[in-house]
Amino acid sequence: MTATLATAETVVAQNVFFYLIAAVMVIAALRVVTTSNMVHAALYLVVVLAGVAAQFILLGAEFVGVTQVLVYIGAVIVLFLFGIMLTRAKVGAEDGLSHDNVVPAILTAVLLLLVMGFAVVDFAKAPWSDGTLVIDALDRAPTTVEQVSDSIFSTYIVAFEAISVLLLAALIGAIVVARKE
Amino acid sequence: MYLVQFLILSSVLFCIGVYGVLARRNAVLVLMSIELILNAVNINLIAFGAFNGAAIPAEVFALFIIAVAAAEVGVGLALVLTIYRNSKNIDLHQVDLLKG
Amino acid sequence: MSTTYLATEASNLAVEASGFFLENVWIIPAIMAASFVVILGFGKRMPRGGSEVGIAAVAVCFVLALLTAGQWIGQVNEAAACTPETCDYIVDEHHDAEADADEHHDAEADADEHHDAEADADEHHDAEADADEHHDEEGAFQVDTGVGSSDGESASALTAFTEAEEGSTAAAAKAVVSERTWWSNGGINFTVGTMVDGLTVTLLVVVTLVSLLVHIYSTDYVAGDRRFTHYFGFLSLFTAAMLFFVTSANVLQMIVGWELVGVCSFALIGHWWEEQPNSDAALKAFLTNRVGDIGLLIGMIVLFFASDEKWGIIEINAGAIEGTTSHTLLLIASLCLLAAVMSKSGQFFLHTWLPDAMAGPTPVSALIHAATMVVAGVYLIARLYGVFFHGLSIGGSSINALAVIGAVTTLVGASLAFVQDDIKKVLAYSTISQLGYMTLALGVGAWTAAVFHLTTHALFKACLFLGAGSVSHAVHSFDMKKDMGGMRKFMPTTYKTFLIGSIALAGLPPLAGFWSKDEILAGTGGWGFFEGESHANGAYTIMLVMGMITAAMTAAYMTRVMYLTFFGEFRGGHHDDAHHGDPHESGPRILWPLRILAGLAVVAGLMNLPKGFLGLPSGWTLRFEHYVEPLAATGYFPKISHADPSWSLAIFSTLVVASAVGVAYYYYFVRVNAQSPSATELVNGPTERSRLLKAGHTMLKNRYYLDHIYDGGEPVGAAGANAMGTIFGAAAGLTLGFSLDNGLNQPFWPSVMWGVILGLTIFTIVTAALRTGMGIASVVKQPMANAANWVHENVIDAAVDEVGKNSVKTADALYKYIDQGVIDGSVNAAGRGSQGAGGELRRWSTGKVQQYATVMFAGATLLAGLLIIVI
Repeated sequence: MTATLATAETVVAQNVFFYLIAAVMVIAALRVVTTSNMVHAALYLVVVLAGVAAQFILLGAEFVGVTQVLVYIGAVIVLFLFGIMLTRAKVGAEDGLSHDNVVPAILTAVLLLLVMGFAVVDFAKAPWSDGTLVIDALDRAPTTVEQVSDSIFSTYIVAFEAISVLLLAALIGAIVVARKE
Repeated sequence: MYLVQFLILSSVLFCIGVYGVLARRNAVLVLMSIELILNAVNINLIAFGAFNGAAIPAEVFALFIIAVAAAEVGVGLALVLTIYRNSKNIDLHQVDLLKG
Repeated sequence: MSTTYLATEASNLAVEASGFFLENVWIIPAIMAASFVVILGFGKRMPRGGSEVGIAAVAVCFVLALLTAGQWIGQVNEAAACTPETCDYIVDEHHDAEADADEHHDAEADADEHHDAEADADEHHDAEADADEHHDEEGAFQVDTGVGSSDGESASALTAFTEAEEGSTAAAAKAVVSERTWWSNGGINFTVGTMVDGLTVTLLVVVTLVSLLVHIYSTDYVAGDRRFTHYFGFLSLFTAAMLFFVTSANVLQMIVGWELVGVCSFALIGHWWEEQPNSDAALKAFLTNRVGDIGLLIGMIVLFFASDEKWGIIEINAGAIEGTTSHTLLLIASLCLLAAVMSKSGQFFLHTWLPDAMAGPTPVSALIHAATMVVAGVYLIARLYGVFFHGLSIGGSSINALAVIGAVTTLVGASLAFVQDDIKKVLAYSTISQLGYMTLALGVGAWTAAVFHLTTHALFKACLFLGAGSVSHAVHSFDMKKDMGGMRKFMPTTYKTFLIGSIALAGLPPLAGFWSKDEILAGTGGWGFFEGESHANGAYTIMLVMGMITAAMTAAYMTRVMYLTFFGEFRGGHHDDAHHGDPHESGPRILWPLRILAGLAVVAGLMNLPKGFLGLPSGWTLRFEHYVEPLAATGYFPKISHADPSWSLAIFSTLVVASAVGVAYYYYFVRVNAQSPSATELVNGPTERSRLLKAGHTMLKNRYYLDHIYDGGEPVGAAGANAMGTIFGAAAGLTLGFSLDNGLNQPFWPSVMWGVILGLTIFTIVTAALRTGMGIASVVKQPMANAANWVHENVIDAAVDEVGKNSVKTADALYKYIDQGVIDGSVNAAGRGSQGAGGELRRWSTGKVQQYATVMFAGATLLAGLLIIVI
């Protein structure tokens, strides 16, 4: 992975991959929030999360992509499946997973999308921008695990410790909340 | 690749997540939708990091967000289980203890 | 002797004034605010329900205001006595360096400041050289011929005017500004602070004086009222807000004060809110004022950006006067602010709330709706006079929006005062009419006359209102025809004071009203038209004629009130009040304020005797002008000229007034009284004999149908309302067109066309806004309610179902619980209020988390969208 890879062909390939993955992600995400089968929802979520990991790698954040796969697809999804099972959801399609009237939710979401879309376009047209805002991820080497760990354990050590405590607290909290008396 | 395409993707995912949070009755599905929102934020973060050359801090914070999300899912599911044990139901429509 | 004098460089000299009270004037509103808090918190436990706190506080404030005024007078004297050798002139940075004190005798007139009048300036300069040696502290009156207009004709017409005071090198005392930075953002400092000059101290004294007397009066008038403590609490808050408003150093603070007085007015009009008309009136006042407040906000924002992102009153005025501010923006800002003035100061066509505001307790009417709050609009113009003067090209034209609005208002108010049977409504319309007089005066450039009239009017109108309250206290009614008559036998003191107030209002010499009214009439400069020469800032001949007609009408309707209330035979007593036999005179706490105000109404005119009156030395005349009017040298006040007093005009106007009194006297005291001592109108009177008069009477009775235009109700109907609205809109547009024409020097007909279009648009918006507002207030329901219903059913049903269903109830609950609950103030009431509000709000609390989340997300999205669009 060196700068020599940043040829026109690679850029085109990158874009093709981006749009492919993005399309899959959006469709899967829509299924997550609309499907009437809870297990399917969890599996569609896997697709979205994997797509996110792929986007990370496209952007040159390989370590984050790998972590995404490990933590989300490996652990979080399993947790979800446990949750589904423990709450005894039906296997197969099920009624009443969504509210009867979803119009307000749709309105809110569309409105939000409009506002954010406008903001993004507005941002791209900002006076300081050249209108393209190219990400030159291929002009430089992807970040290495070494760089990330150096940063975590030096500059962001306090935040890292705080996250550690948070995870511990969440662990204990989850046990306390969920355990039977 | 352009920054804008990542931002738009992340906006779309975010809004789908918001829709899920607002429209789903099942608590576990709501938690899933929250994951969508968090991932949308992460894409934003990494894309901006790659764009303006501050990739390392962006990635570090994305990792932190992943960790926090994991913690959130753990606690969230524990809460869902408790609710389920108490009311044999995780339909948010029927959990209205906040009603005045 | 009358010479023409152009202040040259000497007028560019200003002296910093200072003094403890001038710099620390914030203490005065702070005391009143503290009094409000104390009364609200502890008033109910006090032996006199908190009234003693209010009276003590306002008395202290009155003393402090007098001390401040004294210090200001001292400063002006000191500045006037200044010579280049004895004091350090502050060369005003707004002016050019020619303002060198040592050279002021030989330097040429600084033509740069005058846009166009070099030739005139030279002429004036010669005249100044001729000006004699009488060293006079009268100060440097300026004649500016440019006044921001490049219209050569008017400039040459103006030079004919003469304002003669002996030449002096006196310097002007600058306004005392003490400011702190509140916060700063993006390089803009937001400051809080006080600004004290002559105008400020005038208002300080007037407000605290009237407030003190009203406080004392109220202890008797509202004694035993169930919300006695609230009442005094809000009187305190109102006084604090008004004092805060008049001492503001920047327009942001003015907006705050402006809104605060509006809130107090709302609360006090609705003091007896249990009765539907009272709460309707309060809402009407509030909503009508909101319409104007839109203008206020837009105007202030325009001003802020127009004047290079400055909030300070002095900076804004200075920018307008120097011409660094865009003239177009000034015109827009002043028209927007004019809308605010129209609503707050009850100017045509937003005056309809003021008569309804009489639903409040009478002392409140005296304090708020006659003497102080309603003059806030006039004060706003006076304070930002540089903006209005140059924005509307006052003096550069023979007509402008301000003068037209004032003149129309004064006529409309006076004509409506004729047909009212309720004594307070007569006084309310009279107030509208007199406020129109002040606006007219400001519109023709007679600044001092306007402020002087504001002062005298505050005194005699408060006297009249309190007198009316005293009468109604005795007969338990405000209806002159049903329940009054012959009151002079029962209430001699009230009668005498009311008579004095009436004469002062009618403007007969030598009472206060005469001097100020006459100064305004002279200030129109219109008299010169009849004398063949031009005066003052231009020839506003139409304004003079309208003012004169108003003066006659004022005299006539006050005569009518005097007859119906105090003469003839007592018509009351038919109430079934067991405890009440004959009406009797009120107690001393009511009578003494009346006596004091009546006394002041007699002598207040002496504050500003015309120059050269009866050969008095200059130290006796024009004192008010001398101390109150800022000189142009201060940099924040435009160069205005002053009309010469005219004996012929004074005599003529007195004759007009006297003959109007005579006619009304003949009609009521002779004809009606001869018919029967208890009669109120002639049987087979003129309105029954003449169809035309009858129609006119009906129209007046219906208040020119203005209220019906706003609410679309009977007897006009929606179609009629729209037709009338179109006519009014077109008329307003014509005025606007004239303003555009004069202000921007645009071609005449396109200006008028645009003006009419703009006027119709504005009128439609105003009408729609009022109809909407009142629809919500369930005064009117139809069109907007239907539209709202449609939107509700078809658009936002699911999302905000609960919100929609309960919005009316919630508004109701907000009024009942927030308004009334919070007013109560004590811990108990707050508890009760929140309990009640909770009861209403529980309907919202479905317990459905996602519903909450939807509202939260939608709200956050809307806010974010707003943020993006704004930034």
